[in-house]
Amino acid sequence: MPAGMIHAEQLIYEYDKRDDEGNVIGSERAIDGVDIDIPQGSFVAVLGHNGSGKSTLAKHMNAILVPTGGTMWVDGRDTKDPAQLWDVRQTAGMVFQNPDNQIIGTVVEEDVGFGPENLGVPTDEIWQRVEESLKAVGMLERRKDSPNRLSGGQKQRVAIAGVLAMEPKCIVLDEPTAMLDPNGRKEVIRAVEELRKKKQVTVILITHYMEEVIDADQVFVMDGGHIVMYGTPREIFSRVDELKTYRMDVPQVTMLAEELRRQGLDLPEGILRREELVEALCRLR
Amino acid sequence: MSIALEHVSYVYSPGTAYEKHALRDVSFEIPQGQFVGIIGHTGSGKSTLIQHLNGLVRATSGRVLYDGQNIYEDGYNMRELRTRVGLVFQYPEYQLFEVDVISDVCFGPKNQGLPQDECEKRAREALEHVGFPEKYYKQSPFELSGGQKRRVAIAGVLAMRPKVLILDEPTAGLDPKGRDEILDQISELHRKTGMTVILVSHSMEDVARYVERLIVMNHGEKMLDGTPREVFRHYKELEKVGLAAPQVTYVMHDLQARGFDVSPDATTIREAAEEILGSFRRSGKI
Repeated sequence: MPAGMIHAEQLIYEYDKRDDEGNVIGSERAIDGVDIDIPQGSFVAVLGHNGSGKSTLAKHMNAILVPTGGTMWVDGRDTKDPAQLWDVRQTAGMVFQNPDNQIIGTVVEEDVGFGPENLGVPTDEIWQRVEESLKAVGMLERRKDSPNRLSGGQKQRVAIAGVLAMEPKCIVLDEPTAMLDPNGRKEVIRAVEELRKKKQVTVILITHYMEEVIDADQVFVMDGGHIVMYGTPREIFSRVDELKTYRMDVPQVTMLAEELRRQGLDLPEGILRREELVEALCRLR
Repeated sequence: MSIALEHVSYVYSPGTAYEKHALRDVSFEIPQGQFVGIIGHTGSGKSTLIQHLNGLVRATSGRVLYDGQNIYEDGYNMRELRTRVGLVFQYPEYQLFEVDVISDVCFGPKNQGLPQDECEKRAREALEHVGFPEKYYKQSPFELSGGQKRRVAIAGVLAMRPKVLILDEPTAGLDPKGRDEILDQISELHRKTGMTVILVSHSMEDVARYVERLIVMNHGEKMLDGTPREVFRHYKELEKVGLAAPQVTYVMHDLQARGFDVSPDATTIREAAEEILGSFRRSGKI
């Protein structure tokens, strides 16, 4: 029986390739034998190049896609079982890349209330959840605004609040910062951090930005539908050359430390933060 | 082709409740062949600014000059200007539409009225410039990966042989390797052809590495203009407007504050490493 919030065994997702006339000309595996276990309350990051399978994996976590082989359990529920579909969706909420595609309300608080309203939550409680969710992402003071007047980072935080208001145990964020400026990225990552600390929500973050994963408990790196690297951020970012073969990078501070090591300075591997590097250099002086 | 903006302002919906100054009194000059970065937070006026550079948007007041000629003058050949100033929008791959890669890239020169073999020659040259593999020339652009689609879209603009290439966040959504590859190719193209390149970016690390001059936009105004080193010296002001310096610049400032004999101006990993190693050498530690 599955242990974690998200648990996959030998997960496979295969789809047909078709020619111009729609005839099947073969099949492709976007996910090829993935085993994962994500404990309740943890923060897990998934890295991987464009086309590595990470978004396909994310879509399995709330049954937008169901596996063609193997099994995915979300909080112990098999996502293939149609009878469990709504429970699965309620357990794992998703936030996507483009904030403009996810906001439907004309007023911030109505947008956030849409989810719980659909779940049949009583009105009083809806407003309570809306307030709490907006507070959690730092957007409470904008509750009466039109979403059109918000920046990308603010919209994305409203989208997160909308998911939060459905009280999921788990939030899956698929490149939530890809379209944002540096400030917007920071706002969103800070909001995600807060959620995890205050609400003990399990967070799965898919991203191309290495700086965003340094606080994760675990990092998965995907390539060709497989999980090819797995470990803490420090373990993963110590393997600079291996990461580069998967088209990934390391945070700029890690790269600088690595460069200094190559030039003969006796620095430890896997430095992630600017303070760590400064301290390590001070010790060498 | 030199570009000059003189006191350019742009106002949306003037005289209504939605009136908004997207640009306020912006002036600068870009000589032919410069590699310029434009940074600013979302809504700072970057995109409006670049749309003025090929006449897509007309300034509410002020002038835009190419080689000293005012593009708003009667009889100015705007069509000609648009072939000389190539604009690559954000997520340009959404604009691909032809049956195969080579036809898509040929579309621009074909519209310029060039003969088929010349179009094809230019298309091939453009695809080579962006490092697109020849074996996929006859493939549908919709079957390509994200990075490859973007290359095709950029090649489509290059095939018109512009003198000025403007790219609005050309690496958004790409993986780290894809980002580096595209920027390396643009930099190479700049070096080889002497084209003016204007790069709008959200990545301070990227602009520090590639451009020779940075223009910082804030609330529709030009806030700073200088080399990356000069601009990132103002990191505290940049933070106030939602920007930042590259991470390594912060490391250098921290080190200086802790008594290291280093210049805090380094903006790239290489510069920072040299500064730090130099300081260790000077103190005889290595």
